[in-house]
Amino acid sequence: MSEKLQSKASTKKTLSSTTFLLFITIGLFIVMYVAGMILFADKGFSKPQMFCNLLIDNAGLIVISLGLTIVMITGGIDISVGSVTALVCMVSAYSMEKSGASVYMALLFSLGIGLAFGIVQGFLVSYLKIQPFIVTLAGMFFGRGMTAVISTEMISIKNETFLSWAQYKISLPVGTVNKKGIFQAAYIYPTVVIALLVLVIVFIMLRYTKFGRSLYAIGGNDQSAMMMGLNVKRTKFMAYIMSGFLAGLGGFLFCLNTGAGFVEQAKGLEMDAISASVIGGTMLSGGVGNPIGTLFGVMIKGTINSLITTQGTLSSWWVRISVAALLCFFIILQSIIGSKGKKKS
Amino acid sequence: MSKKSTFKRITGNHLFFPLVCLFVVLVVNVIKTPNFFAISLNNGVLYGYVIDVINRGSELVILALGMTLVTAASKGQDISVGAVMAVAAAVCTQILSGGETSVTQLQNSMLFAMLAALIAAALCGAFNGFLVAKMRIQPMVATLILYTAGRGIAQLITNGQNTYIRVESYKVLGGYISGCPIPTPIFVAIAAVIVIALLFKFTTLKLYIESVGINSNASRLVGLNSTRIIFIVYVICGFLAGIAGLVNSSRIYSADANNIGLNLEMDAILAVALGGNLLSGGKFSLAGSIIGAYTIQALSTTLYAMDVKADQLPVYKAIVVIIIVTLQSEVFRSFIKKLRTKNTGQGDMAPGKEG
Repeated sequence: MSEKLQSKASTKKTLSSTTFLLFITIGLFIVMYVAGMILFADKGFSKPQMFCNLLIDNAGLIVISLGLTIVMITGGIDISVGSVTALVCMVSAYSMEKSGASVYMALLFSLGIGLAFGIVQGFLVSYLKIQPFIVTLAGMFFGRGMTAVISTEMISIKNETFLSWAQYKISLPVGTVNKKGIFQAAYIYPTVVIALLVLVIVFIMLRYTKFGRSLYAIGGNDQSAMMMGLNVKRTKFMAYIMSGFLAGLGGFLFCLNTGAGFVEQAKGLEMDAISASVIGGTMLSGGVGNPIGTLFGVMIKGTINSLITTQGTLSSWWVRISVAALLCFFIILQSIIGSKGKKKS
Repeated sequence: MSKKSTFKRITGNHLFFPLVCLFVVLVVNVIKTPNFFAISLNNGVLYGYVIDVINRGSELVILALGMTLVTAASKGQDISVGAVMAVAAAVCTQILSGGETSVTQLQNSMLFAMLAALIAAALCGAFNGFLVAKMRIQPMVATLILYTAGRGIAQLITNGQNTYIRVESYKVLGGYISGCPIPTPIFVAIAAVIVIALLFKFTTLKLYIESVGINSNASRLVGLNSTRIIFIVYVICGFLAGIAGLVNSSRIYSADANNIGLNLEMDAILAVALGGNLLSGGKFSLAGSIIGAYTIQALSTTLYAMDVKADQLPVYKAIVVIIIVTLQSEVFRSFIKKLRTKNTGQGDMAPGKEG
């Protein structure tokens, strides 16, 4: 909580427009959540567990979006994350179920896949100066295709260690009292702890390390960053590697949550991750971005999801459409703020 | 000397690279299936691998036309074309069926349905165009919105069902005109190419698109309305995607929102790149893109013949894309140039040392 306040205060000093965006995001989340609590109070929307579920369902997405935020701060983009997630899930499922590898091996494979994607894409983008969109679009199709190459069938994971990881409940001091008067503690899974840990690490890295600051400098203007003596190519390269690594880790968390691998998995996840970052105040043009905002971006997406599923009658396509509409709204908002800033200067 | 310059003139031609690619793919095809070029006439209809490639490549050619224009003008690609195809197909079949899942009789006039579908597609294009041209958002981010939401919209239009139009007249567009041995999609593709070619022949649009693509600021200062040109290009692209969607929908006489035009955006981008057009905008060649489109289609046919599943195709295509963009990239080119001069430099040095 103190971190959030601190970040708000310090961004206020430097960039008022971005603080404005962050405030809109946090406000929107609160409004949506409160609306859900009022509308669906009888369906358990107001229980603390609902909030925990929001975190549990989106732990993987939080990690993936944070990676994407890093890349977007440098002015790049990575749309391969959804496919990487699918590939990671498939490889984990296949290695554990069909070739008898241990969970640790599967985790290593996952991180390795993420790193490999990051290294190849980062090299092509930063050293060969190919547009990031084309490179990661190819990466996206490659990942999805590779998933199909491994198996076109759905593989569900029955590995015991894996399931014990996935279902290890961490009870929280908050909770609800059920009808029988027994206190039921709200719980989270280890995935949430990892996701929040990654959030803290990314936050500290972006705000307090030299590397983090140079990411912002390059995103703001890579020409002047280069003249300042920053190694633009290497920094961009590192950003893509980080994004790839986090996509691999996020993919594994995603896998822990879903417990299966199939070709169509995580379809459109790149869109969710990009919209989470953009809604959270990361500028598509680079140079501006805040991991806390990204967290709220993910939470907004999650809230939309739970609102629509709790409502029950709307088709699940509405989630996609409303996230797309929200993304559109925030992009236009950014564009307006951006053009205003340019006019001033 | 003159021999070298002719050689250079041929290899330097912008269509050289695409033609070489097509040639390589065709040679591989002939090796794989010796009767590749055989064409036979069965039941008054032409059959053969080549016919199949040209027929199935029609949608891709139509999409590639739009993609070329978008790439040239806005330095980015429209990745929503596949989804727009689905939207157009959904609109058309929904109007024709009047809400039923399967009909054997048209509920509304076909012309009206197709017009509505094309208008819907053009509207999608206009939405993309508005975001790119007016709001100045990177093309791929802007079109990403429809890329993901488009199929959702198509699902909403059809109420999540696959609508079937079991009427012969609807199958004409994707099948055969009675009495004509050549598949109709080929005519549609040719017509689209001719219309665009005539548009460029008799208007200055091509010049405008290229100049906006090379430097939109300079073009604006010269007096061109860059915003409007980029907007128009996106509308054209959406409209063409709509036509492709109708053809595809007619082939399967239904609207399958999840599968119509799936992964075609990648093929279209590939076609543009294979056609020797820079993905970073500027000058473009429609002929190159068309050759590129058929190359991709031939490649897909080859891969299918090699028992590669449809889901796995993107792997190979992605690798091809990466190779092409790497070859196109300036860094790589200058690296090769440096390597060459280094080699010749060393060659000059060596005899000097001996002497």
